[in-house]
Amino acid sequence: MLGYTITQWIFGILSFLAIMFALMVVFSRNPINSVLYLVLTFFCVAGHYLLMNAQFLAVVHIVVYSGAIMVLFLFVIMLMNLNENTEPQRTWLTKIIAGVAGGLLLVVLVGSLKGAEQLQLASYGASQIGLVKNLGKVLFSEFLFPFEIVSVLLLAALVGAIMIGKKEIK
Amino acid sequence: MLTVILVKLITCVIVFAISLGVAAYATLWERKFSALLQDRVGPDRAGPKGLLQPLADGGKMFFKEEIIPNVSNKFLFILGPSLFMITALMTGTVIPWGKDFTTANGTTYSFQITDINIGVLYLLGVVSIGVYGIMIGGWASNNKYALLGAIRSSSQMISYEIAMGISVIALVITAGGTLSLREIVGQQDAGWANIVYQPLGFLIFFVCALAETNRAPFDLPECEAELVGGYHTEYSSMKLGLFLFAEYINMFISSAVMSAFYFGGYNFPFAQELYHAMGLQDGSIWISIIGFGAFFTKIVIFICVFMWIRWTLPRFRYDQLMNLGWKILLPLSLLNLAITVGVEFLRGNLHF
Amino acid sequence: MKLTNRSKVVSNKEQSFTERLYLPGIIKGMAITGSHLFKRRATVKYPDELRPIAAVYRGQHVLKRDENGAERCTACGLCAVACPAEAITMESAERKKGEEGLYREEKYAKTYEINMLRCIFCGLCEEACPKEAIFLTDRIVDTEYEREDFVYGKDKLVEKVDKRIDVSKRQTLEVAEFKKIPGLKHNEVWKGNKLK
Repeated sequence: MLGYTITQWIFGILSFLAIMFALMVVFSRNPINSVLYLVLTFFCVAGHYLLMNAQFLAVVHIVVYSGAIMVLFLFVIMLMNLNENTEPQRTWLTKIIAGVAGGLLLVVLVGSLKGAEQLQLASYGASQIGLVKNLGKVLFSEFLFPFEIVSVLLLAALVGAIMIGKKEIK
Repeated sequence: MLTVILVKLITCVIVFAISLGVAAYATLWERKFSALLQDRVGPDRAGPKGLLQPLADGGKMFFKEEIIPNVSNKFLFILGPSLFMITALMTGTVIPWGKDFTTANGTTYSFQITDINIGVLYLLGVVSIGVYGIMIGGWASNNKYALLGAIRSSSQMISYEIAMGISVIALVITAGGTLSLREIVGQQDAGWANIVYQPLGFLIFFVCALAETNRAPFDLPECEAELVGGYHTEYSSMKLGLFLFAEYINMFISSAVMSAFYFGGYNFPFAQELYHAMGLQDGSIWISIIGFGAFFTKIVIFICVFMWIRWTLPRFRYDQLMNLGWKILLPLSLLNLAITVGVEFLRGNLHF
Repeated sequence: MKLTNRSKVVSNKEQSFTERLYLPGIIKGMAITGSHLFKRRATVKYPDELRPIAAVYRGQHVLKRDENGAERCTACGLCAVACPAEAITMESAERKKGEEGLYREEKYAKTYEINMLRCIFCGLCEEACPKEAIFLTDRIVDTEYEREDFVYGKDKLVEKVDKRIDVSKRQTLEVAEFKKIPGLKHNEVWKGNKLK
């Protein structure tokens, strides 16, 4: 079709949807709608993972991000009862700071994407790396140390959250 | 290519029809069974023995006035029940309902819509999405009771998903490291059913399944004593019907998943001997149908147990629910996982 | 005072391990509910099946006619006096000439009303009646939408000539014997214009 394969078509449509939903996240005035658009964006990203034959990542992405984290986000927003009317008026100062921060992030992103071209990507059986078995083997052999470090990081975050959440420390 | 799509389409329609039919009659059986447990008769007026009651209920739902709260977000209000129903139906796609069979001209058809090699993960994923239907519906109702119901439901589902996931991991290790439901069921073909190796895992999974389907004693999201109707307080007509109906579909699917995971799915004791005695060849359609019958019997028994529990046990208090989820089931499932890994290592089934 | 051995003293003691497991308790509870699956159903499917009722069931009243179709009630008011709920009122009138076929006695009840909402169906009116005129039957008082409709007048209370209501079951042996005593006036049967 028009010189593209089906995979390319799907890639194009998914990318378009992902970007569109991401923009909707930013532009919608209602925080609930923002969260729901973000969930849709995650679905599109999961679709991209599937296209790269990374099934495990795709499903875990949905389970963890859409199924758990975004539900908690939604949870908090619903409890605080945020809607269009409660959105505070931002001063010029915050707008400028936000603009600068966003611009810096963009610079970092562009820089890292530029750098990615020179990066030598290690190849692990090319397209088969995303399958559960291969991913598990790689994670628990070659990348065992970073993997464990990440879990320690999560543990630290957990303990920190509990410490903040506790009212009084005896 | 076209025939493949057509066959898949027909399988889809059959599976959906069966899910909906079973859910419809589960609503009748729920009322009938509760009546039996309470020395009553139950609905017996519509049709012979009350068998047309689901039709009457459905018809009533369609003809009821549809009320959409004035201030609610109309799109999300309609999206909620639809999403809940869609996710309930989506889970049925990966379940192997029976053995493959081969027709005379050599084509093989399967009693399963699709076998994806991460079927178990797919199930967990879809279940985790299911909570959105309740959350969106509860929030869009613009009602405090509905919102509280939605929040309870989501936190309950997230809490119990963890213990459920870990007990499933233990199961997957026992089943030889496959995430495909067809292989998990097939692996129980020759040997014992997984319940023999995973009694604790099954118990945890069962309790979590009760919590995930919002069934008593975990039906806090729709606890009528405190929250009027819970997340569906503001719903009327068929949208309410979708919510109630999806609960029964969830019950049906989770019964199916449990019998596939732990009770061998379409296998049953002395199946090979029976097929041999009947003179059936491998790949005969009759083997598939008998297997489907066995599977269905297990599902029906599970549905009965679900109902039996509902009409026996009182509802949990919210802190008890959270305590059970985080302080009991989660450590227990971790213990189960550790024991499973240890045993499987000693049996020499694990390779590093 | 100790009535049964089933009472249990409430205590706040620590639960034992098996109690905290809850599983034995759950299984016990399910066994109890499960055993009810095989018990007899308590339901009576009412319009199809009727519960057996006693012969002396006290339901809606009837004002009897005698063998010739004349009303037995003479509006003496004893039933109204006997009524503990004060549900009965009546107005009397004198029998005109030519009405002998309608009213048995020379005095009759022009109106006779029982308020079925007040009535407690005790049957004292029946006991008080010297003329064998009022009886309680095994019929059940109909439901109505308005309170006024529960005040039953003569139109609903007096039995129809062609649709007599059998109250023989209400009459005990003693009553039946009593009715056979010829000397008592109200036991006599009207024939033509004369008492026989």
